[in-house]
Amino acid sequence: MDLATLIPVLESTIRLSTPLLLACLAGLFSERAGIFDIGLEGKMLIAAFFSAAVAYSSGNVWIGLLAGIAASLTLSAIHGLASITFRGNQLISGVALNFLASGLTVLISQNWFRQGGKTPTLTDGARLSEWHLPFADSLRDVPVLGPIYSDLLSGHAPLVYLAFALVPATWWVLFRTRFGLRLRAVGEAPEAVDTAGVSVVGLRFAAVAICGILCGIAGAYMATGLQPFFGKEMTAGRGYIALAALIFSKWRPWYALGACLLFGFLQAVALRFQNIDLGAFTVPVQVMDALPYILTVVILAGFVGKAIPPRAGGEPYVKER
Amino acid sequence: MDKMPAWADAVLVPLISILLAALISALVILAIGHNPVEAFSIMVKESLTSSRGIGNTLYYTTNFIFTGLAVAVAFHARMFNIGGEGQVLLGGLGVALVCLYVPWPHWTLALVGATVAAGVFGAAWALIPAYLQAKRGSHIVITTIMFNFIAAAVLNYVLVNMLRPRGAMEPASGPFPEPTHLPTFQEMFSTADTVLFRSAPVNVSFFLAVLACFAVWLLIWRTRLGYQIRAFGHSESAARYAGISPVRITVIAMLISGGLAGMMALNATMGEAERLVLNASEGAGFIGIAVALMGRSHPFGIFMAALLFGFLYQGGLELAFWTGIPQQLITVIQALVILFTGALDNMVRMPLEKLFLALRKGKA
Repeated sequence: MDLATLIPVLESTIRLSTPLLLACLAGLFSERAGIFDIGLEGKMLIAAFFSAAVAYSSGNVWIGLLAGIAASLTLSAIHGLASITFRGNQLISGVALNFLASGLTVLISQNWFRQGGKTPTLTDGARLSEWHLPFADSLRDVPVLGPIYSDLLSGHAPLVYLAFALVPATWWVLFRTRFGLRLRAVGEAPEAVDTAGVSVVGLRFAAVAICGILCGIAGAYMATGLQPFFGKEMTAGRGYIALAALIFSKWRPWYALGACLLFGFLQAVALRFQNIDLGAFTVPVQVMDALPYILTVVILAGFVGKAIPPRAGGEPYVKER
Repeated sequence: MDKMPAWADAVLVPLISILLAALISALVILAIGHNPVEAFSIMVKESLTSSRGIGNTLYYTTNFIFTGLAVAVAFHARMFNIGGEGQVLLGGLGVALVCLYVPWPHWTLALVGATVAAGVFGAAWALIPAYLQAKRGSHIVITTIMFNFIAAAVLNYVLVNMLRPRGAMEPASGPFPEPTHLPTFQEMFSTADTVLFRSAPVNVSFFLAVLACFAVWLLIWRTRLGYQIRAFGHSESAARYAGISPVRITVIAMLISGGLAGMMALNATMGEAERLVLNASEGAGFIGIAVALMGRSHPFGIFMAALLFGFLYQGGLELAFWTGIPQQLITVIQALVILFTGALDNMVRMPLEKLFLALRKGKA
């Protein structure tokens, strides 16, 4: 495989990894604080719809982005209410929110646009423009490094660069700030945090809110950057792949980047090549589709290093009296 | 005593939850510019007032009984089997293989064979997540979600590359042979003069679903195994002290759960489609979660909840046909039911408990 065929695949890897990465970091914040969130999918979906719909009506993609984040935050608030305030089952709440998003997006878009659950295609200012890195055009002719810089790294939507910048940012917040220490502590031993006089409920709501914002950005990127419209069920299980990546990376930011790039690469390859002929045998496209999930099960099984979730994950905290 | 009476816990809490879900659903219908009362009356008219409508309702009910029971059995062992979708798909594969490749002389024998195949395939798909949960502590919710996606890929591969008839474009198997066709209610209950249940897909597997309700009730409340499952669900450590093996109970409960989910394919694949199609489950595996939550994991409750969801599903499809309200309205209602009866349970329960306490104090 030469550079000319490799670069388009890698470029689409970057594009396809972006929503996975954003959603994965979203889940990272939530689960590190002890709130399981299988509602990543639903939050992305509802954000995708509202960002596309509002971007279309306002003609401004950034207003669309804000609308997407607001929609995603609303679902986060419900999740927080159910799992923190009323100490309900976090998994069941996540499932419910996924269905809520999948139903509401179609109902509302049919009511607003009457295009069978789709929004109209976004144009000009309503969709994310591509950012060209400095000197991208003049460096294109440099051998090997030129195409990598100009075609692979340059020319993505701003949210792509944001997503990748969020990896070190997440690491810094979680492992180098007081807030991050408390957030991780609340996912491991909430009673200790409570004893120290820090609000468990407040920290967990903060984590859930960060999760909502990141899922909102992920969804907005899908409907205004990756594709210039919202389509029914357009997240197509990406929330679950992000969840798989989160477990695959064992709840750590840099590993999450690796896992998301790997799963994005698998998607890019499956999109481009369909069945892969390896000479002796053919790898069917379905294997590529299922690979993220199979890998996650293998990791979960503990055959390749053990994935241990935050200790207080999924447990509502009841204050001692 | 700081608890409320048992009847309030079993009836009042779910009832209020359902009313809240219904109220918000009505607001959603209102918000998209339709009249909730009118919508509801269309749903009732099209699903409950003709034998055709009732036949369709009961067809969906059959699906939801199987998937609801599947979720409930796992709930009793305090596990959340979210993998009903995958188990249904694999059950369908089992049914298809048995129907296509075994020359059955009569549908009764074919039904027995297909039931075994559906159960075994569905249970097999639950086996690995169950084993991983029991032996290696991998969270069953995550593994069953992953197995849903893997099942979809497996089915896609099998249909496209193996079962699809030569020259066909659609990823579906060929039609099942004539002797495997299950009798529908129309064939069973129509007389020479009046045709009942005209062209409704409800078939003999409805009775199988009712039988399954009874069997699950027997299993959970009248056998030693059922007692062990419930004991394990209440307290793992207590069960362990009582000599109950957690590994054994986890695996057995999940096998039963997966088997029940797989049997949904008897109704959808063998009874209705009479061939294996790509998305045979149509989300019924997930609706099973709502049904089990609403039915409080009791077979009778599940039967009633399945009837309600059968009505919602059939009514929702007709509503989409007559008014143009998308059928995703059903998904929204389903989400609200899961949210209020499952996750926000305490929101209803806590004020009620306070109310009962206040009443009791007032008396004393």
